Amino acid sequence: MPRREDITSVLVIGSGPIVIGQAAEFDYSGTQACRVLRAEGLRVVLVNSNPATIMTDPELADATYVEPITPEVVEAIIALERPDALLPTLGGQTALNTAMALAANGVLEKYGVELIGANVAAIEAGEDRQLFKGVVERCGAQTCRSVVAHTLEDCLDAAGELGYPMVVRPSFTMGGLGSGMAYDEKDLRRIAGGGLHESATTEVLLEESIIGWKEYELELMRDSSDNVVVVCSIENVDPMGVHTGDSITVAPAMTLTDREYQHMRDVGIAVIREVGVDTGGCNIQFAVNPDDGRMIVIEMNPRVSRSSALASKATGFPIAKIAARLAVGYTLDEIPNDITGTTPASFEPALDYVVVKVPRFAFEKFPAADATLTTTMKSVGEAMAIGRCFTEAMQKALRSVERSGSEFHWDGEPGDAAQLLERSRTATDGRIVTVQQALRAGASVEQVHDATGIDPWFLDQIALVEEVAADVRSATELTRGLLRAAKRHGFSDVQVGALRSMREDVVRGVRHALGVRPVFKTVDTCAAEFAASTPYHYSSYDFEDEVTPSGRRKVVILGSGPNRIGQGIEFDYSCVHAAFALADAPDGGFETIMVNCNPETVSTDYDTSDRLYFEPLTLEDVLEVVHAEQRSGEVVGVIVQLGGQTPLGLAQGLADAGVPMVGTSPEAIHLAEDRGSFGRVLAEAGLVAPRHGTASGFAEAKAIADEIGYPVLVRPSYVLGGRGMEIVYDEESLAGYLVRATSSQLRITPDHPVLVDRFLDDAIEIDVDALYDGTELYLGGVMEHIEEAGIHSGDSACVLPPVTLGRADIHRVRVQTEAIAQGVGVRGLLNVQFALASDVLYVLEANPRASRTVPFVSKATGVPLAKACARLMLGESIADLRRAGLLPLTGDGGTLPAEAPVSVKEAVLPFKRFRTPQGLVVDTVLGPEMRSTGEVMGIDLDFPSAFAKAQSAAYGGLPTSGTVFVSVADRDKRAMLFPVKRLRDLGFEVLATAGTAEVLRRNGIASRLVRKHSEGTGTDGEPTIVERILAGEVDMVVNTPSGRSARADGYEIRAATTSVDRPIITTVQQLAAAVQGIESRQETASDGGVRVRSLQDHTAALHRVWGGRS
Amino acid sequence: MTAVLVLEDGRTFGGDAYGASGTTVGEAVFCTAMTGYQETLTDPSYHRQVVVMTSPHIGNTGMNDEDGESRRIWVSGFVVRDPARRPSSWRSRRDLGDELADSGVVGISGVDTRALTRHLRERGAMRVGVFSGDALRTGSGESERQRTSAELLELVRSAAPMSGADLAGEVTTTAAYVVPAVGTRRLVVAAIDLGIKATTPAELAKRGVEVHVLPAAASIDDVLAVRPDGVFFSNGPGDPAATDGPVALLREVLGRRLPFFGICFGNQILGRALGLGTYKLRYGHRGLNQPVLDRATGRVEVTAHNHGFAVDAPLDGPVDTDFGRVEVSHVCLNDDVVEGLRCLDVPAFSVQYHPEAAAGPHDAGYLFDRFVALMHGTDLHEVLDHDQERGDHQGRAHNAGPGHDEEPGGRD
Ligand SMILES: Nc1ncnc2c1ncn2[C@@H]1O[C@H](COP(=O)(O)OP(=O)(O)O)[C@@H](O)[C@H]1O
Ligand SMILES: Nc1ncnc2c1ncn2[C@@H]1O[C@H](COP(=O)(O)OP(=O)(O)O)[C@@H](O)[C@H]1O
Ligand SMILES: [Mg+2]
Ligand SMILES: [Mg+2]
Repeated sequence: MPRREDITSVLVIGSGPIVIGQAAEFDYSGTQACRVLRAEGLRVVLVNSNPATIMTDPELADATYVEPITPEVVEAIIALERPDALLPTLGGQTALNTAMALAANGVLEKYGVELIGANVAAIEAGEDRQLFKGVVERCGAQTCRSVVAHTLEDCLDAAGELGYPMVVRPSFTMGGLGSGMAYDEKDLRRIAGGGLHESATTEVLLEESIIGWKEYELELMRDSSDNVVVVCSIENVDPMGVHTGDSITVAPAMTLTDREYQHMRDVGIAVIREVGVDTGGCNIQFAVNPDDGRMIVIEMNPRVSRSSALASKATGFPIAKIAARLAVGYTLDEIPNDITGTTPASFEPALDYVVVKVPRFAFEKFPAADATLTTTMKSVGEAMAIGRCFTEAMQKALRSVERSGSEFHWDGEPGDAAQLLERSRTATDGRIVTVQQALRAGASVEQVHDATGIDPWFLDQIALVEEVAADVRSATELTRGLLRAAKRHGFSDVQVGALRSMREDVVRGVRHALGVRPVFKTVDTCAAEFAASTPYHYSSYDFEDEVTPSGRRKVVILGSGPNRIGQGIEFDYSCVHAAFALADAPDGGFETIMVNCNPETVSTDYDTSDRLYFEPLTLEDVLEVVHAEQRSGEVVGVIVQLGGQTPLGLAQGLADAGVPMVGTSPEAIHLAEDRGSFGRVLAEAGLVAPRHGTASGFAEAKAIADEIGYPVLVRPSYVLGGRGMEIVYDEESLAGYLVRATSSQLRITPDHPVLVDRFLDDAIEIDVDALYDGTELYLGGVMEHIEEAGIHSGDSACVLPPVTLGRADIHRVRVQTEAIAQGVGVRGLLNVQFALASDVLYVLEANPRASRTVPFVSKATGVPLAKACARLMLGESIADLRRAGLLPLTGDGGTLPAEAPVSVKEAVLPFKRFRTPQGLVVDTVLGPEMRSTGEVMGIDLDFPSAFAKAQSAAYGGLPTSGTVFVSVADRDKRAMLFPVKRLRDLGFEVLATAGTAEVLRRNGIASRLVRKHSEGTGTDGEPTIVERILAGEVDMVVNTPSGRSARADGYEIRAATTSVDRPIITTVQQLAAAVQGIESRQETASDGGVRVRSLQDHTAALHRVWGGRS
Repeated sequence: MTAVLVLEDGRTFGGDAYGASGTTVGEAVFCTAMTGYQETLTDPSYHRQVVVMTSPHIGNTGMNDEDGESRRIWVSGFVVRDPARRPSSWRSRRDLGDELADSGVVGISGVDTRALTRHLRERGAMRVGVFSGDALRTGSGESERQRTSAELLELVRSAAPMSGADLAGEVTTTAAYVVPAVGTRRLVVAAIDLGIKATTPAELAKRGVEVHVLPAAASIDDVLAVRPDGVFFSNGPGDPAATDGPVALLREVLGRRLPFFGICFGNQILGRALGLGTYKLRYGHRGLNQPVLDRATGRVEVTAHNHGFAVDAPLDGPVDTDFGRVEVSHVCLNDDVVEGLRCLDVPAFSVQYHPEAAAGPHDAGYLFDRFVALMHGTDLHEVLDHDQERGDHQGRAHNAGPGHDEEPGGRD
């Protein structure tokens, strides 16, 4: 069937902010969908609150709404745009749930909008765990024994029936949110309680535990004529009990015979039909008993998922792209396989390589959190690697994760096998390395299998790595054969060096001298049965190279690797934009070559750049890619400034190896990154930084602190995301910090010193993104933080244009930014963070690269900064770009007119995902160490409305009435008065604890006194504030921590608030903004609901009055 | 221990000895299956072929007692990249490497199988030799030395080519045997073994058919002797153009309007019996992921293939033959190769691919139902209408139906 003619416009719902369990993969799928639908000539309307996405680029849709993804807002958009259809299956659980809500409340019917890609019944059958069990049984397959519960009582009864341990899982959630393994009644009460809260349908499923079974996933696609294909099979290395998102996974499945595989395939196909997913992709998970092969169906996701993004990258079969085509009527056999160009999509990819995915965690940022891996997903990102065999792919994947200690190693003594085996029983981040150490210490494959449940085949492969390592270590000389063997099994030059006590570059020298180099193979979907026309490559130490020569000028763009807190999708955005911008640069443009190892991203879509190398971002791997490309043509330069700290860190090494670099030179990068030299840059330009010093031990640190005075801010040098950064108020805690810092992976040493800065209290933080071409500065945007300096720029909300800064301030910012750009020698993007304290403008830091805020600024001002940056790096000037229409003809982000829309960026924090081993949520106070996983943008005509939108996009949103609890630290008591008064005027009831209540009363603000948590429940059972919060009596909580460490009370309050999902405000600045937001919500509510406006309209309006651009 | 692979056109690949050591020559073909090496190795259609597995890890699940498709391993050589060092499956009984050695199958591992596959794709299937151990040396005592590559190449070039080879006789059963119907016997089929795979009679038996498997040389009298409701021709090795006995037999069958179903080689034999030509594909179809269009229902099925030859028939509409009109019922969407024939005036049809799968997807299992319906006297058009109504739903979904879980990982 060709495309449906009865559909002319489609609404696509994105997945909102990056959160654990729902990350960049949905930008990848959404972007593909938008591209395909537009190519089909359809009008695409998009809603997504996440500005860091490619899909929200104005070019990708006809109308892009960067608005909160809530039923109300989406209804407003539907009312305005009147789309014919709604495609809900590409925006993760968020989109699916929103679509379900709109179907339930009749909106879709009211406006005659058809759900395409999946129907309500199918979504229910797939997502409702109970209905789904029925489906599976009708397909003649098995599910776990289970009981559905709607109350805690049901749960306890069920326990008798199923016995412990027991899996608790809510319906309609993703990433295992709210689920867990209950070993006893205490666990059960806790997990089920949470689960009932998380589930959109207050329903949890209690299930017999099959922990330790083998876990598999199939990615399937079905079209409107009922053709079904299995795109990919995925096998989890970590057995059942560890969420697939947290497991090391392998594609294709490695340990199934054809009988078992086909059985799984048959069941999968029967299930997708029975569920009735009419068109599109779906993911089905299976568990197999390793002792007798009994197979159980765990769950299905009737939509594209994290795994389908992985499967797409692993096979070259673009699931989301094809799902979008199917949704508008095509059948699989009508869609060509872009990679071969000659064969249709109605086939099943055959792999002649092995793919390994390794998750990336962020436990170091949540010391209180329980780091054991369970049925709740905890990883924040993932890296994928491709090799011709498992060992090669596995070792490449482990180094792609870019975490110290993530790779197999042979340092020191492995330790006692028995202890290592014991440790490997519990699944944790890096268990695979413990396993390797256990084998190294002499444990047998059987013993490790018994301890971990990991399939012996995988363990034997790790044993193989061990054997090769032993040979490399014991050999008298490093022969060609030995080196080949090591490389063939994925050893890096660093690892070989460690085994032979040689330097990395020396190993590389020897290796090249012996002619041991990787070849680059192609991901072609068909195991070479047909010629591939798409250069999607991976390295392997095999024999035949497939890189084709090219006469064009080539530019290599280094991506940002696995998503992690502090370095996420924002950086992928900039890399992708560079690829787009350089493709259509003057005189035929450049051939763009992308190097990255993050399967979730748009940058690793083979459609994004001319050539894609799916490789780890280490010096060795990048050098080999550059070498391969240099052999096949001229490489003009490598771009390291757009992928965040990862590629930036490679700059010097690449330059030293003689690789041509474009943009800001490695020397300049060093000037900005190295505290000492940066200090000199500032000094020469007469700019001030907070007084600071560099210390390699306590004595020095103390001396510095004594001189500049407490509080001081301490942190290791060369970090991103404020890693290991703390505000220290006295000598004692300074000592404490240094002890921790020296022990932990922060590894403070003379060559990794600590930076000690004077901490600026009550300073306004200002973030700037600017372009510099050596002569002219283009101020991309000036962002004023809502929270005071001290809250990491990545975690604090900010507003653009600034709402409290005067022209004079902005002028100072411009002058200083230009001075830094010049002093450092920037060519391209520069990000500077300032703090304005008692009218002195301090420079906090300068990042000579694209920053986290580039996409936000680009969208807020309608100017593609990353594109401009890429073109500057390759020689065009700002003047050229103004003429080329990439930048406004006149003015810049510092001269925005009064009519400019106001954009607010709000951070989204993952606290609710993490529990302490005791099952309590971790503390939610913000600090100088970044902990947010994502961000949202609220854009509107004024600050209050934009802020309110940002809040509802980030979480439930601000209340418009009800009860507010206020308890603030003494230093904040004065600042809170006005806002709290306003809240009263706006009709809120105010609850307060003694101290705060007293101050309020003296100022004539009525409030109700409530018992502190520490006071315990009153004699006649008066509840404490914590109990009231948990009982849902409080609609918003204001609690500013006193001093540096949150006192127990504060913690209990914030924890309770987080667990019931109410807005929690921890700074007075937030409070003031929140009050304005509440006012605006009350107004909009009174004058008829939300006001929505597309980015295209905002931009057009802005550009009419600014920048002289039509 | 090292091994060498030498192609007819002179390209050589080095590797390690795998399985038995020695010499083997045959036709080099590549198979893109990611599962089912045990079924592949024991598929008689691979007789005289040196099979290159594109999937790097082979042997992971060992060898078991259930998945063999015939009494022995047939491939004449086996080329892999990374053989499993230890099998892992609760059904595994033996290690693949040991089994190859015990069966005297010379193999080679550590080969850049992708490079080799690309070469075969570009140059076409060709003769190949694999040499290891003593085979690499010649002479004795004083005069013992390494064989030169020229000498090895000579050995390869002296091997018989696949074109023109009549191999059915070499793989067929020596004596007839019966596969009893599961449950009550509803029909009897005479199945000519041209290299039959065990799953085929099993699929028929499951549908209440008693299968009399007859040697390739069976005469029409042998066939009639079992009073069959239908006749089946199996898959098998060799060049259909060189296989005359079965062609003659099939003409007898068609002349008597006995319901006929053929698979793979059986499809090529039907083509020839109808007077159509057959030809050798450049590098054949061997894998489990081939999209085939059933032109009657418009449905695409993902199917298992293993064929180096194909029938030459017009895709646009029926042609007249000695037995009335015949049309192309199935085509491969990758390259438009004829994948099935349907006679319009006699009760006969056949497919080039493998509805019995083993290894491979079960999408085409419904074809056995068609054969059964045909034998029940329903003519093909009715069978088709019927299939269309039910959208083949049960036809395919029943692969996942109950009975699956009776024996672990069992296929119904
Ligand atoms: N019955 C069970 N016993 C043990 N582990 C289980 C069971 N059910 C699920 N799991 C584990 O929990 C993880 C998450 O379960 P799943 O149903 O996939 O939830 P989600 O919707 O979050 O993906 C699975 O990947 C699996 O490892
Ligand atoms: N001297 C200071 N006084 C107050 N706050 C500071 C000071 N230095 C840094 N900060 C806060 O710490 C955060 C992180 O510091 P920054 O230098 O930006 O590290 P990163 O490299 O992680 O961005 C800043 O966003 C700012 O809020
Ligand atoms: Mg899951
Ligand atoms: Mg910063």
